[in-house]
Amino acid sequence: MIDRTATELLDLMARGDATAEAVALAYLEAIRERDPRIRAFLHVDEHATLEQARAVDARRRRGEPLGALAGIPVAVKDVLCTAGVRTTCASKILDNFIPPYDATVIAKLRQADAVLLGKTNMDEFAMGSTTENSAYQVTRNPWDLDRIPGGSSGGSAAAVASAQAPVALGSDTGGSVRFPASMCGIVGLKPSYGRVSRFGLIAYGSSLDQVGPFGHCVRDAALLFEAVAGHDPRDSTSIQQPPPRITPTLDEPVQPLTIGVPREYFGAGLDAEVEAAVREALNVYEGLGAAIKDVSLPHTPYAVATYYLIATAEASSNLARYDGVHYGHRAARFGDLIDMVCKSRGEGFGKEVKRRIMLGTYALSSGYIDAYYLKALKVRRLIKQDFDKAFAECDVVMGPTAPTPAFKIGDKVDDPLAMYLSDIYTISANLAGLPGVSVPCGFTAANLPIGLQILAAPLAEEKLLRVARMFEAATDWHTRRPKA
Amino acid sequence: MSLSIDQVRWVAHLARLELTDDEAATFTRDLTAIVDYVNQLQSVNTDNVEPLAHAVELTNVFRADEPAESLPVDQALANAPRREGDFYAVPAVLD
Repeated sequence: MIDRTATELLDLMARGDATAEAVALAYLEAIRERDPRIRAFLHVDEHATLEQARAVDARRRRGEPLGALAGIPVAVKDVLCTAGVRTTCASKILDNFIPPYDATVIAKLRQADAVLLGKTNMDEFAMGSTTENSAYQVTRNPWDLDRIPGGSSGGSAAAVASAQAPVALGSDTGGSVRFPASMCGIVGLKPSYGRVSRFGLIAYGSSLDQVGPFGHCVRDAALLFEAVAGHDPRDSTSIQQPPPRITPTLDEPVQPLTIGVPREYFGAGLDAEVEAAVREALNVYEGLGAAIKDVSLPHTPYAVATYYLIATAEASSNLARYDGVHYGHRAARFGDLIDMVCKSRGEGFGKEVKRRIMLGTYALSSGYIDAYYLKALKVRRLIKQDFDKAFAECDVVMGPTAPTPAFKIGDKVDDPLAMYLSDIYTISANLAGLPGVSVPCGFTAANLPIGLQILAAPLAEEKLLRVARMFEAATDWHTRRPKA
Repeated sequence: MSLSIDQVRWVAHLARLELTDDEAATFTRDLTAIVDYVNQLQSVNTDNVEPLAHAVELTNVFRADEPAESLPVDQALANAPRREGDFYAVPAVLD
């Protein structure tokens, strides 16, 4: 049962060959058996999961109309508020936080009759690339337990890769869906900025954050994306557009297809095995009739610096709300009000969160804001203009999702800059608001997954996923599973 | 460019973060390295380039000013570290 895709599970249940309860039980058993090694989940409520599944079965028996994800278990990154269910963002400062409301994407999953399976581990406040910054536990890569699953949505990616959930939601501020998808050998989509509501998504960098799906195949990711996307009056940055329809046309190849290959994505620091797999993927597209075009995104070398100024500036402002007054941790001993706030935050935040709040505060402080924050916003426009030019002559842009395969746990924890550079190919899409997807495109000699990143113009998810599906239909990398 | 530990302490004060001596020393080193790295942006010519705060350039969103249901007080205060009646309780701000 757990080796099936969500699409296959929907067929099984629609035909009456499986119940939602049986599906939920199979995944709960997989979690019980596998998660002590993988440590993807922070919170699983077996009883609530089974109740949701049984309710779907009861409605199906009565012949009631059911939603697009009826009976599909979904794992959810602990950055999304779930009413009545503890939501920690993997931070001690939110250790006891029980949201009084659902994030819009959670409400939409419920409307689609999905079964919420549990909350997954992440880097604290989504700040990190390895999931090692969680205040609770280190999640392991299902392909090699000594390696990182990627981050910050590492729990969701590892849960899907190890068949503890058929699909999952993560969030992507600088690559936090695409990077772990690449590390774990699954599909991960970051939608265009504004496609998916951020209401109830605990904020990190508000001009960059998007919720995105993980699955074993492009169709599963598309199904989940369709279910959660669309305008939300409670998020003023969500775009006034009809909800995207992806699945009806997903199997139609894009023809003619011009693929832009940025020369800046194949420079120093790119692992040779990753480069070989990505070049081979481009050959596959060429075999399918695509034209490959050399393009330049000349401001790529500045993307990491631009991102770490803008994201941290926004974070320093967003995280000011954790003050020990309204919710979350309050220090036991303190002097005056200011001291209470300083001590509560000092005790509640982990090291990387503090480091980023400090950098962002510095970039916004009097005397430095022009040189750092405003300068970064100007370079952000230049980065976006590079993509505008590329998409004027190409349908999509392709390259590696990450410069290397999954590295060892602990390798980069003491070197924040080296860690930041692992996001080098993913962060531009967030700065420019583009949709991007990572699809499995090969394995290293050591059997570690490699991801191909495909980017498209804003709101072009339908084309993006059709292009991704063309590769998937011509290869079988996405069918490989790690040993249980 | 190197940041001094006093600058780091000042930024921590602005951010309302209490740092241990160890953290202050680590962040002085880390932030110096990161600021050195991001200084490469100074070499990009941005004359006549407008800042881009949002990839999707948005205009203000208005809605009808009509009352709607909001969270009941008990739910809104359920996560408060301390409450008194219908209020969040904090240490005295004025003497």
